[in-house]
Amino acid sequence: MIYARGLVKRFGDFVAVDGIDVEVAPGEAFGFLGPNGAGKSSTMRMIGCVSQPSGGVLRVLGMDPVRDGPRIRARLGVCPQLDNLDLDLTVRDNLTTFARYFGISRAEARRRADELLEFVQLADRAGSKVEPLSGGMKRRLTIARALVNDPDVVLLDEPTTGLDPQARHLVWERLFGLKRRGVTLVLTTHYMDEAEQLCDRLVVMDGGRIVAEGSPRSLIETYCTPEVLELRFGEDGTHDYAGKLQGVGERVEALPDRVLVFAADGDEALAQVHRRGLTPSSVLVRRSTLEDVFLHLTGRTLVD
Amino acid sequence: MASTVRKAGPGVVSAGVARWRATLAVLERNLVLYRRLWWASVFSSFVLPVLFLLSIGIGVGGYVGEVGGVSYLAWIVPGVLASMAFQVVVEECTWPVLGDFKWTRAYHAMAATPVAVGDMLRGWLLYMLVRVELAAVVFLGVAAAFGALRSPWALVTPLVAGLLGLAVAAPMTAFSARVETDGYFPLVFRFVVIPATLFAGVFFPVEQLAPALRAVAYATPLWHGVELCRAATLGVAPAWPVWAHVGYLAVLALAGCLWAARSFRRRLYG
Repeated sequence: MIYARGLVKRFGDFVAVDGIDVEVAPGEAFGFLGPNGAGKSSTMRMIGCVSQPSGGVLRVLGMDPVRDGPRIRARLGVCPQLDNLDLDLTVRDNLTTFARYFGISRAEARRRADELLEFVQLADRAGSKVEPLSGGMKRRLTIARALVNDPDVVLLDEPTTGLDPQARHLVWERLFGLKRRGVTLVLTTHYMDEAEQLCDRLVVMDGGRIVAEGSPRSLIETYCTPEVLELRFGEDGTHDYAGKLQGVGERVEALPDRVLVFAADGDEALAQVHRRGLTPSSVLVRRSTLEDVFLHLTGRTLVD
Repeated sequence: MASTVRKAGPGVVSAGVARWRATLAVLERNLVLYRRLWWASVFSSFVLPVLFLLSIGIGVGGYVGEVGGVSYLAWIVPGVLASMAFQVVVEECTWPVLGDFKWTRAYHAMAATPVAVGDMLRGWLLYMLVRVELAAVVFLGVAAAFGALRSPWALVTPLVAGLLGLAVAAPMTAFSARVETDGYFPLVFRFVVIPATLFAGVFFPVEQLAPALRAVAYATPLWHGVELCRAATLGVAPAWPVWAHVGYLAVLALAGCLWAARSFRRRLYG
């Protein structure tokens, strides 16, 4: 579906995407993870044929985006990071006017619009203007619009950023529905739970490069321990404790407010902590998540 | 783009047909929007020109008497017609164009579909033609009712208004696709639209102007539109040969299209 080798995107001197290799198979849900500025959106824009690669090879649906842009776009569905709905049009008109861009007949456009509004649970709002809809409804409408040409691949750039939890879960449910129908999904996100929920396979990007690749589970296994022990020690500085905890578990990381101990067995690690005579004010043993992998790989420095 | 006919199959059409369909789809989107928002421009498109006729054509005209051998009303009707086309187009090619890039990002949405920059521009300019022709036909009807049309050549004024519309719409669209804020638009109205309307021969002959100012009037597309419309409704020859007026407007339209295509590409695919 998508094949990239040594793909590069430069803006002047700035290298946004620095030679990445990616392959996405039919029916797969593939994720690009990374902090802001990692090059995810630039990659998505190249795949969506609205931005020309500066170097490397890119094939989408077996075609060359530079030469066959319109033919590729005819078979893609794109849900951009920023909603670009026609705010003054009704919900239904947004879908039907958009369908016309693909050369779909008016009658067929109306039929698909009704079906898709049903799918994203907006059928009861079909006649209302877009402007007053909530963020979650607009997002669902954007997703419905991305499906109006019955695409082979759907590109979703941060599909749930800025949504409240209910809205996010509804969007996930719909995307999961698409995946079950065999639609290939390619998404970017910086939400780890989203990646774990939706992606069969993902790459972690940082500074324009791919720093890790695999299924969510395999990434956790490769880059992290199965469990994490989180310890808080009241008002005291955590750095002193980090020293005292050396040797417990596989790795110890001191954060300003708590100390993380990465271990195969969290309870066993906690027992060792107690044996060293340390008395944390609060203790949490949890399964490690993709977030731990992500922070481990891309660092904790805030990127703006 | 080469217009090769690809092997027929479901949904596969020749490149030419695909472009034409995409162009019409863009026109259609703008018409659907107009159906929702037409009331917002009723005053400037239809009512204001008629008010001009009443107040200046008949009110002021009562004092002025005749200009160039015809009543002042008959003399300014073609000017008001052209300036109306000019204003409708400038209004539509400022905020709405910037808005479709910056606020609704409708052009970004189109860019993700098979619609290409040429289709966006053709569809938009076709829509501008529809708007200009609607306003022109209504205005001509009113002018005819006042007995202000003196020649059957008046029937070509919608064509002139359309050409003037394109000559203004294309470069204005290019400009609006380039700017980052709408802060420039009030300046466009203050320093281009209003002076042009006042001094490009709509209300009095440009021969009244000092030679330097007259040269500025000649540079405006509006003056060429006014001259052609006036020649048509009065059945006289325009100031310059017809081909020169038409040619000037056509060159502006063409250059504007090229500039707009560049601006769109830079904005969408940069």
